[in-house]
Amino acid sequence: MPEMNIIQAVNDCLKVEMRRDSRVVVLGEDVGRFGGVFRATVGLQEEFGPDRCIDTPLAENGIVGCAIGMALYGLRPVAEIQFADYVYPAYDQIVNELAKMRYRSGGEYQAPVVIRMPAGGGIKGGHYHSQSPETIFIHTPGLKVVYPSNPADTKGLLAAAIRGDDPVIFMEPKRHYRTARGEVPEGEYLVPLGKAAVLHEAAGRSARSVTILAWGAMVHTALEAVEKGIGQGYDIELIDLRTLLPFDIETIVASVKKTGRAIVVHEAPRTCGFGAELAASIQERALLHLEAPILRVTGFDTPFPYALEMEYLPNRERILDAIERVTNG
Amino acid sequence: MKFELIRVLDDAGCVLHPEWEPAIPAVELRHILQTMVQNSLLDEKLMRFQRQGRIGFYLTAWGEEATLVGPLWALRPSDWIFSCYREAGAALHRGYPLRTLLCQLYCNAEDPVRGRQLPVHHTARELNFVSVSSVVGTQIPHAVGMAMAAKLSGRDDVSLVYFGDGATSTGDFHVSCNIAAVRKAPCLFFCRNNGWAISTPRSVQTATPTLAQKAVAYGMPAVLVDGNDVLALAHVTAGAAARARRGEGPTLIEALTYRRGAHTSSDDPTAYRDPDEPREWECRDPIRRFRAYLEGKGLWNADEERAFVQRCEQEFAALVAEVESLPSKSPLATMFDDVYAERPWHLDEQFVELDREVRRHRA
Repeated sequence: MPEMNIIQAVNDCLKVEMRRDSRVVVLGEDVGRFGGVFRATVGLQEEFGPDRCIDTPLAENGIVGCAIGMALYGLRPVAEIQFADYVYPAYDQIVNELAKMRYRSGGEYQAPVVIRMPAGGGIKGGHYHSQSPETIFIHTPGLKVVYPSNPADTKGLLAAAIRGDDPVIFMEPKRHYRTARGEVPEGEYLVPLGKAAVLHEAAGRSARSVTILAWGAMVHTALEAVEKGIGQGYDIELIDLRTLLPFDIETIVASVKKTGRAIVVHEAPRTCGFGAELAASIQERALLHLEAPILRVTGFDTPFPYALEMEYLPNRERILDAIERVTNG
Repeated sequence: MKFELIRVLDDAGCVLHPEWEPAIPAVELRHILQTMVQNSLLDEKLMRFQRQGRIGFYLTAWGEEATLVGPLWALRPSDWIFSCYREAGAALHRGYPLRTLLCQLYCNAEDPVRGRQLPVHHTARELNFVSVSSVVGTQIPHAVGMAMAAKLSGRDDVSLVYFGDGATSTGDFHVSCNIAAVRKAPCLFFCRNNGWAISTPRSVQTATPTLAQKAVAYGMPAVLVDGNDVLALAHVTAGAAARARRGEGPTLIEALTYRRGAHTSSDDPTAYRDPDEPREWECRDPIRRFRAYLEGKGLWNADEERAFVQRCEQEFAALVAEVESLPSKSPLATMFDDVYAERPWHLDEQFVELDREVRRHRA
């Protein structure tokens, strides 16, 4: 099995899917000749031509709007938004058109568009290259939202998103685009949407057991905390959600019932962040199994800062502090 | 920047430009007039139905009937129509059943949209008439994308996208013109310039003398056409469609017409518009002009119209009786269907919760 980083996994997936299905087209700013500012689409225009790997004018509402029209006609467009921070001009198209097409047409029309976007901070990008807007899409009925953390999942989930009949917001952890490496299956590879992955299992319930829920780049930060926490005698279960909507409630609740404690880690601002939804969903199903309040380790309710970005982002120490608090030290 | 106003008929229905008169077969000419007359009749009845509380919302195309059917003559059934909310008549002309149209307006159990949208938000997949949004201008890039997809698929289908003068101020319009021109998308941008965007007159919408001239900045040809002249609309659309099918790209068509009625049933134009203005447009009534043209050719007469109107009235009355006897709403579960291709666990859960509540409070 070849080793790849996340960029290579995206590229490999797009090549495999475009070879497999002539309906798959890629469109976005700089995706063609240049291969994308992060180089995720390198070689696609060369292999599939400028009509299947389309350099668009600079207009996100146009990219998503055209992708919707293509999908209505039967194509499988994969649109790239250069940074998640630039998705807002397309917000109306995504929320009012893409997400509602099947519903508002009584099921007559569908628009299976995948919108890829690099998201998250930690790259010295300032607030226009660092945001994590997953919550606004999770809050939009009709969209599925995927946020992988590693190369193999990226390939498998992206392929599943392309082959599915629903629109998918596909967020990629750009901070780990090149640093997260791993073995990726060759050829066609699918990871089903809606299934979380348990990256580290806890032995069982004890005074020091806890479940950590994370996705995207925060999985890597949580892994650092797991490593150190285990050394300190904690029993930690780490769940990578992978798909945020529909999220894998069964795996999450089973884990919390087992450990008795939960911590949600995300980069996005805290208030009304996805952590709030997870905490609510867990307590509705497992309140009497909980030994402690569910804690959130998140970004803050400020715009994403530039010079203080490492202070803004959740890190190993903040996660370890949360572990200490839920287990009473 | 001057655009000549393309007209084939004068206000009396006499042919001004025989060289532009499209060769439309007699049966189709009659069909065009019939759709226009039927649409106008439906508008009158259905606006009254809205006032009576039988349907929740309505809007008319009074005075704009030519724009509903004129552009369709040049299209094939495989060409796609992206409309806004005032062009149900275009779907009717393509064969959208009146019964289905009424079910949509009643939002009842047989509404193809399953009661999920306001009235006048039709969808007709089998006619390539795409689901309507209330949001102004958002359908324009969809038409461009569909046209790009057709070209990429090696087929010569074109898209026709309807929008109003207000939509030319939206970002979606400008972005769409730009992308379509760059990609040479076989897309016909059809602007129904009816002079008013709710209460905002055309003069407040843009500083340019025409809307057509906006195409110039995108490297796209444009035509300015009399929107109350069916034959002129058929003529210019045929040219634009042929051009698109030859791979030469999009065209912007500005059709000058006038919104004689209110914006919608929720609007009152007496609050912002000189009541004499609509009257000035009555002499350019598209139905009267086209009827005179057909009568001149011996293809239509007053007796035929009386008989046609009577048939429409009878059909309408019979269908209303039937439609009003249908269940008024789709079953509860349909609220949760079609959000996704398959209903995910959280919607299953929410349905069960609501269903239980509804049953408990009913008991």
